[in-house]
Amino acid sequence: MKQLMTGNDAMAEAAIQAGCRYYFGYPITPQNEFTAYMARRMPQVGGVFIQSESEIAAINMVMGAAAAGGRAMTSSSSPGISLKQEGISYIAGDQLPAVILNVMRGGPGLGNIAPAQGDYFQATRGGGHGDYRCIVLAPSTVQEGTELIQDAFDLADKYRNPVLILSDGRMGQMMEPVEFKPRPKAEMPPKDYILTGKKGRERRIIRSLYLKEPELEAWNKIIQEKLMKIEENEVRYETRMVEDADLVLIGYGTCARNSKEAMRTLREKGRKVGVFRPITLWPFPYTALSEVVKKARAALVVEMSAGQMVEDVYLAVKDTRPIFFYGRMGGQVPSATEIVQKAEKIFTEKL
Amino acid sequence: MQTTKSHPKSLFPVSTHYCAGCGHGIAHRLIAEALDELGVQDRTIGVAPVGCAVLMYNYIDVDTIEAAHGRAPATATGLKRVRPDCIVFTYQGDGDLAAIGTAEIIHAANRGEHFTTIFLNNAIYGMTGGQMAPTTLVDQKTETTPYGRKPSNEGFPIKACEMLATLDAPYYIERVSVATPAKIRRAKKAIFKAFNYQVEERGFTFVEVISTCPTNWGMSPPDAMKWSVEHMEKVFPLGVFRDKGAEKDRTETGADK
Ligand SMILES: Cc1ncc(C[n+]2csc(CCOP(=O)(O)OP(=O)(O)O)c2C)c(N)n1
Ligand code: SF4
Repeated sequence: MKQLMTGNDAMAEAAIQAGCRYYFGYPITPQNEFTAYMARRMPQVGGVFIQSESEIAAINMVMGAAAAGGRAMTSSSSPGISLKQEGISYIAGDQLPAVILNVMRGGPGLGNIAPAQGDYFQATRGGGHGDYRCIVLAPSTVQEGTELIQDAFDLADKYRNPVLILSDGRMGQMMEPVEFKPRPKAEMPPKDYILTGKKGRERRIIRSLYLKEPELEAWNKIIQEKLMKIEENEVRYETRMVEDADLVLIGYGTCARNSKEAMRTLREKGRKVGVFRPITLWPFPYTALSEVVKKARAALVVEMSAGQMVEDVYLAVKDTRPIFFYGRMGGQVPSATEIVQKAEKIFTEKL
Repeated sequence: MQTTKSHPKSLFPVSTHYCAGCGHGIAHRLIAEALDELGVQDRTIGVAPVGCAVLMYNYIDVDTIEAAHGRAPATATGLKRVRPDCIVFTYQGDGDLAAIGTAEIIHAANRGEHFTTIFLNNAIYGMTGGQMAPTTLVDQKTETTPYGRKPSNEGFPIKACEMLATLDAPYYIERVSVATPAKIRRAKKAIFKAFNYQVEERGFTFVEVISTCPTNWGMSPPDAMKWSVEHMEKVFPLGVFRDKGAEKDRTETGADK
């Protein structure tokens, strides 16, 4: 049965249904509904809700809960996610599972509370110190948000790695019909690393400190090998009408929605336009994107930023095809009309 | 409770990396003895700090996680909420607890989290080479207060027990020292009590241990012990700042009336 819910509420419910029983968060707009939903629901399902003293505390609570074997998450919006970076680096360095939702808003600094995508670099390049990556998932509808947040918990457990979900102020607040589909329980590796007290076994240590250089390099290699497996196995993307496209619109999240709408308008006008939507921002679908764009004549990247994902598009396409960029900042969303205009300009002036 | 002469089971029989005359080793031993006597080693989880005790897990034989600098109380909160049946403790230095981690300790204490914090106050940053700590005494010379700590520039030493005792939730707060055998016996009682209260699921318990850092104080071990008694204890008086268990006993036995 479908019900009308905001992105924030629906994703919170989905997290609960995915078995998340430990939530730690600090208020920040535009993700407050998520925290409030968790405050209401956790006591009903026998879970733990803590409004932490800061985002730093929240992520370290997640780390402790994960170390003890709990399914734990935190959510925030851009400035708060900046504060979590230290903890995310430790979680990655400890190889612990964690899910972190970023309902992105305008930046830099305090910015504003409108939707933005300025945290792409932070999300996909690490954000904190050291060599690590978060798995980064980018839903573009409320329904998909509910599914991806559930996948996020499984991915985090499967790889013992932090998983970030990038939503934005618009997706968090917008209402759409959603259906919570029962999911088959995924086969998960045993949690043979968690701290429970050493009764009946060797005692365990969870740490990222390796003072001897060869030891730390060896630990890093283990992490890197795991990340390579993730790159091999977990790439996700969606394509629309790319087979005969001259121009491929590339966007994620809210920008993918508007790009699809622009594509429909342009197709009605006889322009051969397709859409490529990365779902995993890390691992980024380099190969698939490169193949799609090579079949077309050019690509137009649409972002709510000064141009961040566009760098990954360059890495994928290199100089085989011209890449154009259209971005808005400050909480402004590129509208379908604007994307159509930009595409028309490319068709008339560049192709 | 007995005074253990033999080697505690919860302590590895190894020599530590701590300097001669350092209080960390004594505090570790007291924790291990308390865990032994309570019989909880097998269900204990330690949270190591960033500081000289970062390698605590090389000495105390319990499941352990290493926290980020100052964040141990938040990490311990997550652990204890998932594993209420485990005995969870943080072990933190004064830079860890009273500077970078001030928010985390205050709020964990204020929520009355059911874990124990052992706070080792040596009035200096040991691991990084002797910089000023929030607990550095007025006029005390350190790497970063080469002319002595001046209240006009650095303020005054932070008193963690007194600060936490302004909160309603903490169940037990005591400050002890490890400078003399008699003081160590008192410290042992306090650490045992803190863990025992946790076993009894009473609430947040906190023991501050006035310690020494002969290396960075530039003193011999005996001089350091003496200095801690003569100078630190003046600023950080030993004693019980909160003991809801004793208050409860008093009211139950009518001693208050
Ligand atoms: C975020 C961060 N900042 C700074 C440091 C460097 N650092 C390591 S230990 C330490 C201070 C330790 O002093 P204290 O807590 O008093 O413990 P002690 O070494 O005296 O036992 C600092 C500043 C760090 N590891 N992480
Ligand atoms: S530097 Fe100071 S605190 Fe660290 S081990 Fe040596 S004496 Fe102890």
